[in-house]
Amino acid sequence: MDILTLKNVSKIYGELKALDNINLKVEKGEWLAIMGPSGSGKTTMMNIIGCMDKPSLGEVILDGTDISKVSQKDLTIIRRDKIGLVFQQFHLVNYLTALENVMMSQYYHSMPDEEEAMEALEAVGLKDRAKHLPNQLSGGEQQRVCIARALINHPALLLADEPTGNLDEKNEYVVMDIFEKLHNAGSTIIVVTHDPEVGDEAERMVTLEHGRIAGEEKKKRQRPVIKDGDDKFKGFV
Amino acid sequence: MKKRSMYWRMVTASLARRRSRMITALLAIAMGATILSGLVTIYYDIPRQLGKEFRSYGANMIVIPTDSEHKITDEQFEEIKAGIPDGKLVGLAPYIYQNAKINEQPYIVAGTDLEGARKNSPYWLIHGEWPSQPRQVLLGNEIAKAIDLKPGEKFTLSTPKNKNESTQTDFIVAGTVTTGGKEEELIFMSLEDIKSIIGDKGLDVVEASVEAEQAELSQIVENLKQKDAALTPQMVKRVTASQDVVLTKLQSLVWIVTVIVLGIMMICVSTTMMAVVTERRKEIGLKKALGASNESVVSDFLGEGMMLGFAGGLLGSGMGYFFALQVGMSVFARRIHFLPAMIPVTVIVSIIITMIACSIPVSKTVDIEPALVLRGE
Repeated sequence: MDILTLKNVSKIYGELKALDNINLKVEKGEWLAIMGPSGSGKTTMMNIIGCMDKPSLGEVILDGTDISKVSQKDLTIIRRDKIGLVFQQFHLVNYLTALENVMMSQYYHSMPDEEEAMEALEAVGLKDRAKHLPNQLSGGEQQRVCIARALINHPALLLADEPTGNLDEKNEYVVMDIFEKLHNAGSTIIVVTHDPEVGDEAERMVTLEHGRIAGEEKKKRQRPVIKDGDDKFKGFV
Repeated sequence: MKKRSMYWRMVTASLARRRSRMITALLAIAMGATILSGLVTIYYDIPRQLGKEFRSYGANMIVIPTDSEHKITDEQFEEIKAGIPDGKLVGLAPYIYQNAKINEQPYIVAGTDLEGARKNSPYWLIHGEWPSQPRQVLLGNEIAKAIDLKPGEKFTLSTPKNKNESTQTDFIVAGTVTTGGKEEELIFMSLEDIKSIIGDKGLDVVEASVEAEQAELSQIVENLKQKDAALTPQMVKRVTASQDVVLTKLQSLVWIVTVIVLGIMMICVSTTMMAVVTERRKEIGLKKALGASNESVVSDFLGEGMMLGFAGGLLGSGMGYFFALQVGMSVFARRIHFLPAMIPVTVIVSIIITMIACSIPVSKTVDIEPALVLRGE
């Protein structure tokens, strides 16, 4: 079953076609990597998939809803209900603790639940850092808080923009390990990256060039059986 | 946890953990609230302060008999006294005037309640003492100069007894009085002394110093007129009108300054909040990316503004009283009364002003796009 379908999607800024007739389907539970150099249209595509922008042409169907035709207000609601965002620069609110950052996402979505937020932090291995402010956390820890925040509202799609771009190798491994566990638990993940190693972790890799899909590589990797530790993400899928 | 609890948790965390920026806004609000609270306290205290100040410029009400052939009786004097509300009477001085001679020179004697006259006219400059014993007088400075009498010296006062005879009475000058007015041509003595010489013929005039504004004094005068037609009470307009003019001007000045200060406070808060919104563009973009509506983001900032207004108002209402106290002591040399109502008034006005000041900067948050945070700009 497809969770996301892009049909003949174009995004045009004046004379420039940032995206040019893109067709793409993402299955539920799939892990997709969107790759490409700067200016290839990755960010534009991410904005459209993340319900932060609408295409100039074409249809974008997310979990059964054509988001290319809805109002900005509805787009906000769909983004809130369906998308979990992970950013390269983490974007944690600096005056809120790790726990409060996760609860803030619940607050804008529905009702804050401290216990559930704590469970999300526990799932990413940060239960004991819950009361720390972002500036008291390492880059890797901040990214894990960002992932916990993205997961807390059980999104249909986890959208990550260069999730390891600001991390060292050790933390990159930790974050990719979390993604793998999430994937194993059934999460649909789209990672936008220029890092081939991060792209290699995905089931499928789509390469963009000049706003068009220049290549697609599907790996034969089967989704592994849930391993020990993967089940802790089950509750957020 | 309820949504409201989380809302206030975020608002208080933003204020408490971003102290340096918020202190600037808080100080701007507190300073404005201080001036507001202080000036309004002074505004309401000015009539009382000025009333007391003006009472030192002499009586502001006189009562004379309607018929010049008659005198004011002791019963009527009690009526006048009773007609002035409790706590408003500063001084009451009944007068009996009598022609007299010293060294064959004609003068006028004013028999009065010396304590009442003293309270009515604290501005009189006395050389020597006020009379404290029988047969002592307070001599007008012009008379003292004319007949070369000094405090402590004796003189004989001649008052007419009948057509051809006169009564000679010895007096001691307790002091001389300088006022720059007609009082310097009078000889002041106690009512008892004058009555012992000429007998009790009734009072010629009653002078009163009443702590009241023109409207209130006018009402007292009107009531007295209606109560006893044989009495003609009058306001001393020279004093009451001056008091009202000064009062109106001072109160207008206070209002103008208050409005200007509130305007400056709004500009300061607005500028600070504009900087805060600019600084926090990414945070606003993030909140929107997480699904916050424009209304939610605006509400977050207005919540912060409200808390700042509350804290600044509370701080300002306390400091405002001390400001008013200092002004009261230096300008009027009197304590300003504390008005408990100023605390809620200052807090509410501070919140309203802060919210208005926040409205323009906060409305800018609506224009911030959530995609901003993805671009990493």
